[in-house]
Amino acid sequence: MKVFEKSPSFYEVFERKSGPAKEATHYCPGCGHGNIHKMIAEAMDDLEITERSVFVSPVGCSVFGYYYFDCGNFQAAHGRAPAVATAVKRSNPDAIVISYQGDGDLAAIGTAETIHAANRGENITVFFVNNAIYGMTGGQMAPTTMIGQRSTTTPLGRAEQIHGNPIRMAEMLATLPAPTYIERVAVGTSKQIMKTRKAIRKALKIQKEGKGYSFVEIVSTCPTGWKMDPVAARDWLVDDMLKVFPLGVFKDESDNVDEGTWDRSFEGFVPDKVNTYLDRMKSPFDVTEELDLVKDLNCKFAGFGGQGILTLGLFLSQIGMRAGHQVSWFPAYGPEMRGGTANCSVNISRDRIGSPLVDRPNMLVVMNQPSLDAFEKDVVDGGTIIVDSTIVEGKADAKRLNVVALPASDMADEVGTTKVANVVILGAVVAATDAYEPEFVESTLRAVIKKQSLIDMNMEAFRKGYDFVKNGN
Amino acid sequence: MAKQFMKGNDAIIVGALAAGCRAYYGYPITPASEIAHAAALHFPALGGVFIQAESEVSAINMVYGTAGMGIRTMTASSSPGFSLKQEGLSYAAGAELPCVVVNIVRGGPGLGNIAPEQGDYFQITKGGGHGNYRLIALAPNGAQEMCDLTRKAFDLADKYRNPACIMADGITGQMMEVVDIPVPEPIPFDHSSWAADGTAATRKNLVSSIVLEPEELEEHNLKLDAKYREIVENEVLYEEYRTDDADLVVVAYGVVSRIVYSTVDQARAEGLKVGLLRPITLWPYPEKALSALAERVPAFLAVELSTGQMVEDLRLAVNGKAPVHFYGRCGGMVPGGEELLTEYRKILEGGRS
Repeated sequence: MKVFEKSPSFYEVFERKSGPAKEATHYCPGCGHGNIHKMIAEAMDDLEITERSVFVSPVGCSVFGYYYFDCGNFQAAHGRAPAVATAVKRSNPDAIVISYQGDGDLAAIGTAETIHAANRGENITVFFVNNAIYGMTGGQMAPTTMIGQRSTTTPLGRAEQIHGNPIRMAEMLATLPAPTYIERVAVGTSKQIMKTRKAIRKALKIQKEGKGYSFVEIVSTCPTGWKMDPVAARDWLVDDMLKVFPLGVFKDESDNVDEGTWDRSFEGFVPDKVNTYLDRMKSPFDVTEELDLVKDLNCKFAGFGGQGILTLGLFLSQIGMRAGHQVSWFPAYGPEMRGGTANCSVNISRDRIGSPLVDRPNMLVVMNQPSLDAFEKDVVDGGTIIVDSTIVEGKADAKRLNVVALPASDMADEVGTTKVANVVILGAVVAATDAYEPEFVESTLRAVIKKQSLIDMNMEAFRKGYDFVKNGN
Repeated sequence: MAKQFMKGNDAIIVGALAAGCRAYYGYPITPASEIAHAAALHFPALGGVFIQAESEVSAINMVYGTAGMGIRTMTASSSPGFSLKQEGLSYAAGAELPCVVVNIVRGGPGLGNIAPEQGDYFQITKGGGHGNYRLIALAPNGAQEMCDLTRKAFDLADKYRNPACIMADGITGQMMEVVDIPVPEPIPFDHSSWAADGTAATRKNLVSSIVLEPEELEEHNLKLDAKYREIVENEVLYEEYRTDDADLVVVAYGVVSRIVYSTVDQARAEGLKVGLLRPITLWPYPEKALSALAERVPAFLAVELSTGQMVEDLRLAVNGKAPVHFYGRCGGMVPGGEELLTEYRKILEGGRS
């Protein structure tokens, strides 16, 4: 003798439900949700997945799914259940994640989440209960409302030219390559319900086996929203709705996908492992005891994009860092970018650095004419300006400033490539400021230049710039 | 200690990894995209999750999912994207989920531009989404703090079960400085009583922000409010520089505090007794410290990259005890030091004589 009893995946008593009737559901007579819930719970029992299941309730009548299912529960924002489900599955691939959604939630406000979770082939199961109406909010038009169907927002009936057509999600999603299984079923007749039961099981089994995304659209009833009695509602589903929402399997790759194909790994936090990883990010040199610094450097380096202006700043910054000094580097950003110059600000100091923006530099490098025109006036009296005289034709004010003009690009060509003109300039900056010993700079550059084949060229370029300032050649 | 010269945006991810953040969900937007770039590189390499979501809305709801499992998770965006995350943040606050959201604020309103601004102060500190809730809001002003405050944000989020926000700007994000790479520590929080992570141990747990009965929802709101009061009591962070004898205390946060810091000594050199108070937590705001200063400081000045947002909190804190001035630039314009010194002179010469 078969004993009928409540599925163990349901709570015995619905304690989370408010009000007195804690053994009945909150659903209206003739509503399809209760039946569909029951079939899901029974499938969870049979597949022995309840303990590791997470049920994501949407916004809509099934917002209270968590009243009933005795498993981990999330209540998600309207339309966002597939995003929440995605994250839960990715953060615990062993969990069985169910996104249970109505038509407004899945096919209107959550269309993007629905399509993209499907398109990523998330190994989750989506149960889409399509009853062609917004039940919870008072019978408004749903994306699946039928042409001519009256609702509180289509009092004269849904009209194609005003409201568009009912949307067929199963057909749409079946065009995507990633989903494994997409079927539309219904709960109108006993035979349909049996098929629904099979489809629900199949979808969850696909997830359990790591075979990927499964989607079951269940055409269901809403007697209250439709303003019909339960029997008339059932008949309308069978006679009318199924003409627009034909039943059937729209995609099934479950026999062609290997078990475990869509399993993704996730590792929890292991502090030692993260520590080892972060340690690899450290700079390629040790920071020395704080070296002397003749005076703070407030530098602006400017030129065309591609001249290595930003790299020049980075090299000097790392030299300052290795020397134990406070350093900031900031690339031109926002309105400063206009006018054809790339530039960066570098501060080096033994004291805490205030503004990372250098608006009054004591060291200005210009590698093109617009930069000279734009920034010379900002240099503090007695400050240094270094000019690549290969490119810049204008002359800086030698009365007010310490002007160093050197044909850096030509000198770089002599080394072998114009690309190292910035390092020629670096030599000039170091020599003109006496900030660091040349050997200290060279050993730093050796550590930070990643391409070994370029090191000799850069060393030569640096020395040329340095010697030019120190010895005038 | 291991050091590296790095961008503020990259330092955020270093801080997050050290904090034990295991999942990053994001959507590209300038000037915050580099955070996603770093996350895409490092999270999967460490066995964690990175998903480029289909929208900002999805990204914050993915954060909701992982946060609801008691696993540290984050997202980052910039102003227009942060606006889109408000719904998710309200849900996360309602469901009491710890998570971290970074906003590299850019010029607004609307699409605005990608230059630095602080016009999202109201949105971040006053709630932003619907309902009675607060975000814990931290405002780093350099690369080291981008790392350290991100890490701290995770701890605060866990401690109070509430979303925490890092409010920074494009300059702090793009700027490179020397960062001490932190050493990760185990996370001292147990989430098994509320998180739903798809295991037998948490089977009975529910992650939800719905509370149907008015009596119960009022109770829930009051519980949240008590938690927020506790945060106000315990978690205020700020920094003072030469406020002891100041005739003018300038209040500024983020990159602006760096510019003001540079001007304090310059002002003093010309005899203007200027000091700086920098809120590090924007919410909770250093109200008590400012209120105490207002007992003896003759004038205050808020400097912001906005048309005047934080200044309202400053006025509330000073509460009429001293004049509160405001100087702001916006749209991506950043005040220079000389510009600020001119303001100090105007206030001190006008206000004191």
